[in-house]
Amino acid sequence: MGVQLRFGAAILAAALVGAGASPALAQKSADTLRITMRAALSNIDPYYNNERTGVVMHHQGWDGLVYRNPETFKVEPLLATEWKLPDTTTIEFTLRPGVKFHDGSAFTADDVVYTLNLISDPASKVSTPANYNWIDKAEKTGDMSVRVKLKRPTPAALDYFAMVVPIYPKAYREKVGAEAYAKAPVGAGPYKMTKVESGVSIDFERFEDYWAGSPKGKAAIKKMSVRFVPDAATEMTELLSGRADWIWNLNPDQFDSVNKFPNLAAVRKESMRVGYLALDAAGRTGADNPLTKLKVRQAIWHAIDRQTIADKLVTGGSRVPGAPCFPTQFGCNGEAATLYDYNPAKAKQLLAEAGYPDGFEVDLASYILPQWGSAIQNYLMAVGIRAKLNQLQVGALIQRAKAGELRAYLGTWGSYSINDVSAFLPNFFDGGADDYARDPDVQKWLIEGGSTNDAEVRNKAYSAAIQRITQQAYFTPLHTYVTTYGYSKQLEFTPYSDELPRFYLAKWK
Amino acid sequence: MLLLIARRLGLGLLVALTVMTLAFMLTRLSGDLAISIAGPSATQADVEIIRKAYGLDRPLYVQFFSWVGRAMVGDFGQSYFFKDSVSNLIAKRLPITLTLGLVGLSLALIISIPLGILAAVRENTWLDRGVTMFTMVGQAIPSFWLALILMIVLGLNLGILPISGTGTWQHFVMPGIVLAFTAIPALTRLTRSGMIEAMASDYIRTARAKGLSRARIIFKHALRNAAIPVVSIAAVQLGFMLGGSIVIETVFALHGVGYLGWESIAKNDFPVVQAVVLVLAAIYIGLTLLSDILNALLDPRLRTG
Repeated sequence: MGVQLRFGAAILAAALVGAGASPALAQKSADTLRITMRAALSNIDPYYNNERTGVVMHHQGWDGLVYRNPETFKVEPLLATEWKLPDTTTIEFTLRPGVKFHDGSAFTADDVVYTLNLISDPASKVSTPANYNWIDKAEKTGDMSVRVKLKRPTPAALDYFAMVVPIYPKAYREKVGAEAYAKAPVGAGPYKMTKVESGVSIDFERFEDYWAGSPKGKAAIKKMSVRFVPDAATEMTELLSGRADWIWNLNPDQFDSVNKFPNLAAVRKESMRVGYLALDAAGRTGADNPLTKLKVRQAIWHAIDRQTIADKLVTGGSRVPGAPCFPTQFGCNGEAATLYDYNPAKAKQLLAEAGYPDGFEVDLASYILPQWGSAIQNYLMAVGIRAKLNQLQVGALIQRAKAGELRAYLGTWGSYSINDVSAFLPNFFDGGADDYARDPDVQKWLIEGGSTNDAEVRNKAYSAAIQRITQQAYFTPLHTYVTTYGYSKQLEFTPYSDELPRFYLAKWK
Repeated sequence: MLLLIARRLGLGLLVALTVMTLAFMLTRLSGDLAISIAGPSATQADVEIIRKAYGLDRPLYVQFFSWVGRAMVGDFGQSYFFKDSVSNLIAKRLPITLTLGLVGLSLALIISIPLGILAAVRENTWLDRGVTMFTMVGQAIPSFWLALILMIVLGLNLGILPISGTGTWQHFVMPGIVLAFTAIPALTRLTRSGMIEAMASDYIRTARAKGLSRARIIFKHALRNAAIPVVSIAAVQLGFMLGGSIVIETVFALHGVGYLGWESIAKNDFPVVQAVVLVLAAIYIGLTLLSDILNALLDPRLRTG
């Protein structure tokens, strides 16, 4: 990674020198937006991948029942024109007439019932069952109306419907089968998929029969080709040479350099992703471990200058959340949180009081950018905590975290862009595999907050949980993430905080 | 000759079986597939559902024999992530890796054999030392570095070649050059030493005494003998190139078998990893066999061996 970064910088420098020589033509004339992404999508079928790229793609090609306005986060009608919640475990949708899928077939209640019953059935082996395990079943109540029964009150249900529940065309998918569907998928979104090469590339074309009046609007750019380029330096070279029009997640260190090119723009936008430091307060890695002591955990919070990390390393408007969640999420009540300032002297004093005047050694696993991990390591070192940084692949780290083997680790959580704290806290505090606090009170509050639609009850329960979590310094929220984008200046593109690029809203200048 | 081929074939089969067993064991040791299918945000219950659904809760030996049984008839099962049959995936990507390997090997031979001959016939001159220097530098250059330099110069500054991906023959030029560089040093030095040895031998002296032309001596008599080790090493190098092109395929976004293997290892997609290892091993075994046969053809002494 470090080597790659240096090469990335070298490429930028070399390219700046020879910038005049390279022809940088966006594909405006061909009306084709050429996108490259590093994270290859192995299967475009929206329910059979667990990748962010998959969510991005399905929002271009598929429509869901409802739409979440990316500016206001309000849920608006999409394939459903209206919905009612007659009780806490029922949602009744009225569907939009006259909508067509890419194959020309009409959208009806059968498609919705088929999709929902398929994804909520464990036998379907969807890749992210946790996103759908709150759906009990769906039943047709008319040609254009559907009743959805939930297993339990699910306050964020409509957010889930907007973000991760695209609708399948029943007749087509049943006819061709799941495997063929993934190769020639059909949805009802603003772009149709014209060619899919799994893990290699996807070609899109504007769907001319897309229904009028959709908040997603008719796509302005006719064609879109998405190509997967695994190497960051290669991807950057593609952008600089004008052979790619749009890339994202470029290294923050390259942000200013990209902006120096006359034909390129780099922008960034804070996302809902939060970086965190998890601490084994429950003693899962050994009952005698120093992190089980409250004062040690408080010392760690005081030892790290999170604001400086956000300002100087993450850059671009990154914030330090007080509560362990993203500030706009419902229930993420920052005022309930105990705050810890950066205070190394106090950290040392707390360590001494806890019986570690000379500090201690601890393994610190991480899958975040190595230089960010090193910054944390240095802050800990400064108060006497000798952290051995162990850089791991995401998958490998998560595996060990779930097995209860990590005493301290650095990770990130994106909440699937669900703007509700029920998509954050339960993952780390519900007593499950990722819970290193094992606090029965917190578990109880989270169940309370997640099983009613009563905003007041929910807020009270979540505030109690946040108060306890921060008082006990279980889990340190470090900073919010900032997504970086680089693209041709001929393109008009707006990034949103839900980490979901909307190409159907992009246009040529 | 037939006996030789039969013996080598038998040996090859044993190697293939060993590779199958090792591939299976190593992939199982490397991590829990159920957790990686379930993804970073799955609950423990999700993982258990997935473990059952994919048959990963069965005893290891049952999983192994059911895989070997199916692999014997060419059925490598389904990829867990691509939702496609592994045979399909490999069939789609093998041509890319083979093209890359052949381009790389051809370039390597075109460059290294003349260089080796040149160095040998001008032994101990500045030319010879220059060639030695070139091969040493070539050996020391990491492929990803060379790849990026080529990209900057040919793709970015001059804009004459595509930077990554596949589609046209131009896409294979830069990766071909980089891959060739992994084999050029060995092949050049081998040609050089073989030629030096051959040029010093009695039959060359005889040929000279007969008054044969210099070109005839070099290409007809000396090169034919010097070529024997070069041919066998070239075949083995092609095997290395096919299996070892992972870095190059990744950097140039060539979606070949090597990259498929790397991607699958990162995701713990066992069926794909096992099949890729087996296919690459089979190619390697096939090439070694081919090099043995070629050697036997070039050198009659080996035919009876």
